[in-house]
Amino acid sequence: MPSRGLPYLLLLPATVFLAVFFLYPFTQIAWEAFSGPGGVTLSHFATMVNYWKFPAALENTLLLAVAVVPLQTAMALAMAVLVSKLEKGRDLILYIFTIPLGISDLAAGLIWFAIFQQTGFLNSALHALGVVHTPVIWLGYQSKWVIFLAVMLAEIWRATAIMLVIIVAGMGLIPKEYGEAAEVFGAGPWQRFRRVTLPLLRPSLQTALILRTILAFEVFAEVAALGGTNLPVLMGETFHWQFDLQDGHTAAAFAIVILAISIGFTLLYLRLLRVPKGAGI
Amino acid sequence: MKTTFRGLCTALGAVLVLAGAQAKADVLFWSTQAKPVEETQAMRSEVLKGFDGKVNYQANDPGPWLTRVQAEMKAGKGSIQVLGGLHGDFTSLSDGLMDLSKIDLGGVKVNPSFMKLGKLGSKEQKYIPWMQATYIMVANKKALPYLPTGADINALTYDQLIAWAKNLDEKTGSPKFGLPAGPKGLLHRFLQGYLYPSYTGSMVTKFRSPEAVTAWQKLKDLWKYTNPASTGYAFMQEPLLSGAVWVAFDHTARLADALNKRPNDFVAFPAPAGPAGRGFMPVIAGLAIPKTAPDKAAAEKLIKYMLQPSTQIATLRATSFFPVIDVNLPNDMPPSVKASGAAIAKMSGAKDALPALLPMGLGDLGGKFNQVYIDTFQRIILGGQPIKRVLDDEAGTLRALMKKADAPCWAPDAPSKGACPVN
Amino acid sequence: MSDNATFRRRGRWLTGGSVLLLCAWVLGPIYLLFLNSFSSPSAVTGFPKHWLPSFNLDSLQFFIEFQGVASALWNSIQVATLTMVLSIVLGAPAGYALSRFEFRGKSLFRIMVLMTRAFPLPLLALPLAVMYIRVGLDDTPLGLALVHTTLALPFAVLITFSLFSGIPVELEEAAWTMGCTRAQAFRKVVLPLVMPGITASAIFAFVISWNEVFAASVLTVQHRTLTAFLLTSLDVSPLPLKFAGGFVLVLPALIFIFLVRKYLFAMWGIANR
Repeated sequence: MPSRGLPYLLLLPATVFLAVFFLYPFTQIAWEAFSGPGGVTLSHFATMVNYWKFPAALENTLLLAVAVVPLQTAMALAMAVLVSKLEKGRDLILYIFTIPLGISDLAAGLIWFAIFQQTGFLNSALHALGVVHTPVIWLGYQSKWVIFLAVMLAEIWRATAIMLVIIVAGMGLIPKEYGEAAEVFGAGPWQRFRRVTLPLLRPSLQTALILRTILAFEVFAEVAALGGTNLPVLMGETFHWQFDLQDGHTAAAFAIVILAISIGFTLLYLRLLRVPKGAGI
Repeated sequence: MKTTFRGLCTALGAVLVLAGAQAKADVLFWSTQAKPVEETQAMRSEVLKGFDGKVNYQANDPGPWLTRVQAEMKAGKGSIQVLGGLHGDFTSLSDGLMDLSKIDLGGVKVNPSFMKLGKLGSKEQKYIPWMQATYIMVANKKALPYLPTGADINALTYDQLIAWAKNLDEKTGSPKFGLPAGPKGLLHRFLQGYLYPSYTGSMVTKFRSPEAVTAWQKLKDLWKYTNPASTGYAFMQEPLLSGAVWVAFDHTARLADALNKRPNDFVAFPAPAGPAGRGFMPVIAGLAIPKTAPDKAAAEKLIKYMLQPSTQIATLRATSFFPVIDVNLPNDMPPSVKASGAAIAKMSGAKDALPALLPMGLGDLGGKFNQVYIDTFQRIILGGQPIKRVLDDEAGTLRALMKKADAPCWAPDAPSKGACPVN
Repeated sequence: MSDNATFRRRGRWLTGGSVLLLCAWVLGPIYLLFLNSFSSPSAVTGFPKHWLPSFNLDSLQFFIEFQGVASALWNSIQVATLTMVLSIVLGAPAGYALSRFEFRGKSLFRIMVLMTRAFPLPLLALPLAVMYIRVGLDDTPLGLALVHTTLALPFAVLITFSLFSGIPVELEEAAWTMGCTRAQAFRKVVLPLVMPGITASAIFAFVISWNEVFAASVLTVQHRTLTAFLLTSLDVSPLPLKFAGGFVLVLPALIFIFLVRKYLFAMWGIANR
């Protein structure tokens, strides 16, 4: 590599920017989580852990991510392959697949609530089909798994497009000759996908997984819309402590936990899907 | 591709030029009230249009509202002129609010007990009461035939309400009673101001008394016949309009839409009574001026305007919150005002009326005070934990809070020397 | 050979069927949003629901006449455009550096970039707002765009990184040997190949900024964005208005994605197949 300073030069603008607009406010908030009247303390973390909803919030957040992200990965890959196979209308189909990108989590929560609510579209459809006579209460507090499922569906519907776009952009870089060569050697479609496409797609897949997983840990708006207070998640509790209970210290502790889980998973992905330096080939 | 980049650069340039242009400053009215878009619109186009000057009315969620106010107070300068919020919104901001005891209100008389609440436990007038509401009940007329025999809808007891909800559930096939127990609902006020006073005659002191155990047992009974979707409800007017709920409890402003859209289908009536009386609680919104307000004279002028009789009536039309001054209402008020006004009059005029006040002197612990009641509800009613154990447990938290705030008791609890005790 | 042909035909049917199914999955809920936005308020709250809109425009009209919607829309466009430009200008060079060089602090930088996404923004809004008020960035489109850029930057850095990683260094080196400078090689050879990644980053930046509501509500007061202007109050508004408002918010973002969709395909892979 020619000039050793070049990488630092290229990173400089982003680094300065992040230092001012992220690290500066971040250190202030992170300090809140560890500071008390008598100096450094872990008491805010103790408050958080002893809060009776904390275990449920942690569990729900992790479970949701574990349930949603693998499904989304599979779906996004399938959608990307399908789009690449189309001979016509590729533009249009890809556009349709990416539509949910434009929809905020708040709006997605609203739409899916309209489906599952007691006088909603699901009950209307079931009613029209004669399956039920009185509307079923889907999102009641006793049926947590229905709420969980509804949140899952909403998340998969809204946020799969994020992975799809990254994967499609990466797929475009795979020279078609590779696939053709494999075909000449008698590889079937599944083998071509596993042996050619997937390994070459590793950088994009890694990026898509990291970003999507981090976002999954911040799930909140859909949970609030569909589950009310019945499905506590970490992000929701962070808001609750910051704004309802006005305890910025404990809220910051919650935020640190979200950060820690996210970073942990990121490191895991970086290790599992190591991208060789310089080239993907 | 090149054209794309050129396009981007041109766009950037244009935007930067425009970003530099500063608009003239209006009086910024930063509020947590009248948030539903129709109410915001009515505030802007009806209530504030008569003010001599331009007002920028912004309604926010409590989160951004509070963050912005705190930021301006920390920065030591700001653009907010007037703050509008519920009593509870102001409790943690006390130090940053101007003393308004000398403000000229143009001779209007504001309800004195509300004025006292506006001091937030200090010697200064931190906020001026702006408007009030209270919680009442609304029922779909379809539910009336299911009233238990002998029950007078205007003098219900909790036992009769439970029987009614049970009837409805059993005879219509699904629970038809609803409570605003969602994340944005105001259930804690129901517990503090209605259930507790009605059964114990107290809000704090008798938190874990045998009477309180009975109260929670009754609520558990009622909950059996309550629509389980209640844990998602914030504004009961919605499930009332959709027909998911036939009988609901909420504050007047959050029931108004149902009463206005289909006035012939719904009736409003007082909250029920328990063995200790008919507990009820006001909701009070106030107006304050942050110490960082850029033009305090304009801000005071706006507050004075908001308190004038004609503005108060316009506010009632726009938000379904009632005036805090003595004023005669004209006859052409919306149906919700007439219906809920009559229900409130019956409730506060009842022989067994037992008014409860909003928490006083808690400062920034107000949120945690509410949380004690919400946690107790979620643990006993939703979590099915044993009542006595939860009450003993939460009483400890409540006691610690009262000691930390050093807040003396407020009605209906008897006045105390020092922190309000939790027996 | 004929076996192969039937296999192919079956494959085509399978592809077509799956595409249709996925389109229905994506468009179904969108249709419900559309349906509720174009129906009368009583149809939106009623039961059972109708499956065709009554083309009642009351709810939508409310928003079109809502005082200040036009200027809020303009503010949103400014902020989103600035965010898009800033995140690409800052992010793409960083992505390139991460993919092409080994250097100390590389993983540190990567973690820092990701932290911005992993930490809840609403908590950062308070110190940011204090800083903004002090330095005068408060209530400007640029100020808000800078905050939105911190949210969009991880996307831009990581996506461009993964795309640059997929482009063989040899391709660039070949261009150098043919007498191109490093910059020329980059512009003529690499840039066309990463265009999809840049487009994807641009889409994310635009959409993130467009939909972000918390920072927007705190950091703009006289110049609110459309989201801050409408969305904070939507969740407590009557159901018909929620849907109409949601529709008004979603539409511009969809138009934007439609306009840039073709850049998502790279030059040598899918596009020339």
